[in-house]
This record gives sequence, C-alpha cells and structure tokens, in this order.
Amino acid sequence: MSSIVSTIAGRAVPLRGNDIDTDRIIPARYLRCVTFDGLGQFAFEDDRTQLRAQGKTHPFDDPRFAGASVLVVSSNFGCGSSREHAPQAIAKWGITVIVGISFSEIFFGNCVAMGVPCLRASAVDIESLHDAIERDPACEVTVDLSKNEIRFGARAIPATMADGPRKQFLTGQWDAVGELVSGITAVRGTAAGLPYVRKFA
Amino acid sequence: MSSRTLFDKVWDLHAVRALPSGQTQLFIGLHLIHEVTSPQAFAMLRERGLKVPFPERTVATVDHIVPTEDQSRPYADTLAEEMMVAIETNCREFGIRLFQPGSGKQGVVHIIAPEQGLTLPGMTVACGDSHTATHGAFGAIAFGIGTSQVRDVLASQTLSMSRLKVRKIQVDGALRPGVYAKDLILHVLRHLTAKGGVGFAYEFAGSTIDALSMEERMTVCNMAIEGGARCGYVNPDQITFDYLKGREHAPTGAAWERAVAWWKQVASGADAVFDDVRTFTAEEIEPTVTWGISPDHGIGVGETIPARDSFAKEEWATIDEAYQYMDLKAGSRIAGVPIDVAFIGSCTNGRLSDLREAARVVGAHGGTVAKTVKAFVVPGSEAVKVAAEAEGLDKIFTAHGFEWRNAGCSMCLAMNPDKLIGRQISASSSNRNFKGRQGSPAGRTLLMSPAMVAIAALEGRVTDVRTVLQRSAASSKS
Ligand code: SF4
Repeated sequence: MSSIVSTIAGRAVPLRGNDIDTDRIIPARYLRCVTFDGLGQFAFEDDRTQLRAQGKTHPFDDPRFAGASVLVVSSNFGCGSSREHAPQAIAKWGITVIVGISFSEIFFGNCVAMGVPCLRASAVDIESLHDAIERDPACEVTVDLSKNEIRFGARAIPATMADGPRKQFLTGQWDAVGELVSGITAVRGTAAGLPYVRKFA
Repeated sequence: MSSRTLFDKVWDLHAVRALPSGQTQLFIGLHLIHEVTSPQAFAMLRERGLKVPFPERTVATVDHIVPTEDQSRPYADTLAEEMMVAIETNCREFGIRLFQPGSGKQGVVHIIAPEQGLTLPGMTVACGDSHTATHGAFGAIAFGIGTSQVRDVLASQTLSMSRLKVRKIQVDGALRPGVYAKDLILHVLRHLTAKGGVGFAYEFAGSTIDALSMEERMTVCNMAIEGGARCGYVNPDQITFDYLKGREHAPTGAAWERAVAWWKQVASGADAVFDDVRTFTAEEIEPTVTWGISPDHGIGVGETIPARDSFAKEEWATIDEAYQYMDLKAGSRIAGVPIDVAFIGSCTNGRLSDLREAARVVGAHGGTVAKTVKAFVVPGSEAVKVAAEAEGLDKIFTAHGFEWRNAGCSMCLAMNPDKLIGRQISASSSNRNFKGRQGSPAGRTLLMSPAMVAIAALEGRVTDVRTVLQRSAASSKS
C-alpha cells in the first residue's frame, strides 16, 4: 500500500495561530460517522462560520488558496484529542503535506500513518513563509524531505522531521501495518514472556 | 536519557523488535476500543483481509455517543444508531468482548477498564482516545492513538512507536482542604504549559501523589495529555494493590502474590534516571479554574485573569483570542463569573469519589441549583451509578435541583444530545475548554473540580468551594 514520499510541490495555504486543537479542526458533531469520506468540507467548520459572521474569511474559504496542497501552520498544531478525523478532514480537503513550528504528538503520528508528512521549521522561517504565501498565493512551495528543506520563490529554509518517520516516508514504509503483521512470530514470543499474559502462572 | 524508570522497564519488556524505520514495534497488553474511533479501523482490516490475532486482548464499550437520558434502541439520532450497529457487528465478527448499556459494565472506556481490574501495573495500554493516559495511574504505560493505529493494534497487537523521554513531576506536601487532584493537575498544566510535555512521558511522584487514592491518581494522569505528554503514570504501591484486589479480572490466589511481586519490580527504582525533573509544592495549590481556551489557562479561584504580558510573546495571539472568545478581561476576577450550565462527569471526574465530594458540598451548602443554571450529574459508568445510588447520592443531587443521568461521556465532548447552546458558559468537571468543545461553536467552558462545579451550580457563579466547606466545618464544631 505504501509508496515513497519525498518531494511534494504545490500551492500553499497559510493558517496562523498556536494550539489549534482537533475540536477546531473537526468539531465533534462530525465524528458521528463510520467512514472518513466526505469530512473534507467540514474542516475548520466552526472557525470558518465564525469568521464569516465577522465579515472575515478563513484561509480554507479564501478562493486565492483553493486547490492548495501544502498547509502552513504555527505551533502545537493538532493538540487535543486523538481523533484521526482531524488529519483525515484536512487531507480530504486536499492537503498532502503540513509544515509548522511544532505539532502535537498524536496528530503527528496519525499523519504518518496516513502518509501525510508534517515538517518543522523555525518560528522566524514559518513567519516568512506565511508572509510569502499571503503576498503571492500562486507561489509554488516545494517541501523536500530528502534535503530537509522547503523552497519557495528564491528562498530555501531548513525543515526537519524525526529520523524514524522521515525514513518511513523516504523508504515508502509509512504505512506500518504490513511490517507489524510480518513480525507476528516475534510478537507471540514477546507476549509469551510477559507475566500478565501468562496470568502470573 | 532516562533509565531504570517504570517507563523504561515497561518499554523494554514490551519491545518486540526494532523496525527498519528505526522505531520500535511495541506489544500492547490491553487494547480498548469505543464506537467513535474504531469503525474505520475495522473497515481497513476488511479492505486488506487482515485478521485479529489476539481478540481476547481487546475490550470494547460505547460511551461517546450514548444518550444519557432515553437509552432505548434504536437511538433517536440515526447517525448514533448507525455507529452502535457498526461496533456491535464488528465485535461479533472479530470475536471481541463488548460492554453494552444495560450490561452493568458499560461506561466511559477509561473508567470501566480500571474498575473491572482489566488495567494492571506494568502493562502497555492503547486506545483510540487521547485520555488513555488515565490508565497510567496503575503504573501502566498507556497511549492514546489514532484510527490507523487502532487498525495496527487489531491486526498485530503492536504499535510502531518512538521511545519517549521521561520527566518526573515531583509534588510534595499536603493538599489543603477544598483542593483536589483536579486542582493539582490544572496547577501543573498552568506552569508547564499545554505543549511543555511534547516528547515526554510524565511520572507523577512525591508525597502528595503517594497520598492520593487511585481515583485521584486517575484524575491526574488523565490530564497529562493536556500538557502535551503522550502518557502519564504513577508507580504502583500498596494503594494500587488494595484497589485491584478482588476486582473481576485481577489475579487471585497464588497468582496474586506473584503479580504483586512483579508489579513492585516494575516501579521506578531508587536508581532511576530522568531526563528532567520539575517540583511543585502542594500547599501552594488553590482551587483552580480555567478562564481561557486551553487547559493550561488555569488560575487560583482568588486570582484575577492574567495580563497578556505575563505570557511568552508567542502566546499573545492565543491569549487575545481567549479574552475575546470567553468575553473576559485581564485584571477581572474569575470568582463571581456567572454560569449557565454545570456538568459533573467525564473520565476525569466521573468516578464515585468525585460524586461523593460534590454531593458533600451540595449537602453542606444546603441550597438548590440557581434558577438560571441547568445542572446535571453523569456517572462515568453503570457501576459508578449503581454504587452512587446505593449511597443515596442521586437523592442528594435531585433534591437540590441537579439532574441525575445514565453513564456516558455526555457534555465532555457533546456528541450525544447534551450540549451547550449559543454563548452559554459551563462550569465543567471535564478536561477540555477548547472553543466549541461542549457542543456549541460559541459555547464556553470553565474547567474545575467536581466540588467547585457543585458550588457554582448552587450559587449560579464561580465560587470558592472553601467558603462552604469552612462554614460547615465551623458549624459542625459548634
Ligand atoms: S469523557 Fe470526555 S475525554 Fe473522556 S473519553 Fe469521553 S469524551 Fe473523551
């Protein structure tokens, strides 16, 4: 199922703000579902409605950013619940890579499992990337995982990801299930050695 | 790098092998599932023709969508009914135990597993729910995971994970009257921030933690995730063993003795090395209330809402957003803020001791719920409900104007009919005050202990619970 994820290029959408939690990414009422299909249109639903009421436009509603595939966020993005519905909604909206100052751990892990890399860059560099896309929404952003950098316009900024997941993307092994299932004999061995699995017999 | 901590020992015991990615394949001793984050995982299994090799190591319940009033089937909400049918079908097909409403064993997933003795020290636990950290109270390493990882655990009983660093949170001293485990964790979050724990497991230790009951330890570990830590735990001790003894799935007879001996060994040794240590003093903790939109926005009930410049500059945008969303101003007092809804429940504070303490406050106060307030109590599980009713707690609540409900997550995240309306503001014993968390996109949440929620319900506004506790202590002396 997996495939190599190395360089992703496309237009970007800027989303400023620290601590954007999963309840804001996808409100709980949309969790009443048995499939992830159709979640894309509800991404950031409440934030979008609120801004509209104030006569403002959320980046996900802004026609200048329609069709973007790179999401540029701020820090601690995706904190809160473990709901995979959050990254699924973002991915179904059309995002294939996320760049930010930092990510919540569970959100990051969910993204790895879905094949959506999340890269970190410095606050200063993210700021300049936000500015650049807001100035020129048509600007192409290239996220290069193999070179650990993000290129836009004439600039290249360093971007990082922990070695383990980075390798998973670069070798096409981000979808762990095949690998995990292939180790089932070793799994049974570990289980057999655990006192509680043996019921402390 | 940490060593000889409980985290390190449990990790090493459960490590199956190093994966090509450099991550560890980690065996999961107990896998808990619920109706919201599991249906897509089962669909993925079917898509790929995968089996569940250890069905006896997964336990299912329903909690998020179940109505707490009319529980007759089919549910009025057709989407909720569809999710119920999905988990029933999935559990049947894959041979997984499911605790249904009416079984006496249903309830919030993080409440039922401990009360049935399913969660044991030295285990790894995973659940498609971030508050899985709760189980760390037993000295288990418990991770919240996403749906693709639920699939991974179902298909292999393992996860691909990177080792965490370990931070010891040392809390010493005695909590003052009217100050609870909830205040302790809100205080820790306030000082370490909502993202301070990213990359860490939190070990809670020190004389204050040692003195906490298991239910209080669960409250503390439950909210480790709100500090960014992937898991939190307390070393198992006699209090842990006393809690577990005699529970349905706990070991018995000679196996019990062997289990206790093993549990003692997995605790962090005196020689444990931590990546980081932070210390707190219990006497400095006040009843704590959140004023903003993140669980680390807590202040003592006697304090005023902090000014923007008391936060790091990167936080200013969030802080401004919090003032605006909550409609609260820097410098104004949190005590006295009027509330519309009072909610007692959730996996943070929906256990018997929480309900007892709230009922004690209600009894000591003697009044009824303020006319402007809707107040309701949702036991965390069917077993909690039965036990509370046996003690007459339900009667105390209803006599004073609170509604008494059936078990479920309820207005913790408002996926069932219990929701805030419009700009309503709630006093809530739950764990998240995010924008829109309690069902209304504009709804507002003030997090606090169940005792503080009880007094807020009666007074109609945020009130220091110590005023009524002191009054009743004084009158019982006279
Ligand atoms: S009570 Fe709240 S936090 Fe706990 S599992 Fe239910 S929804 Fe999640």
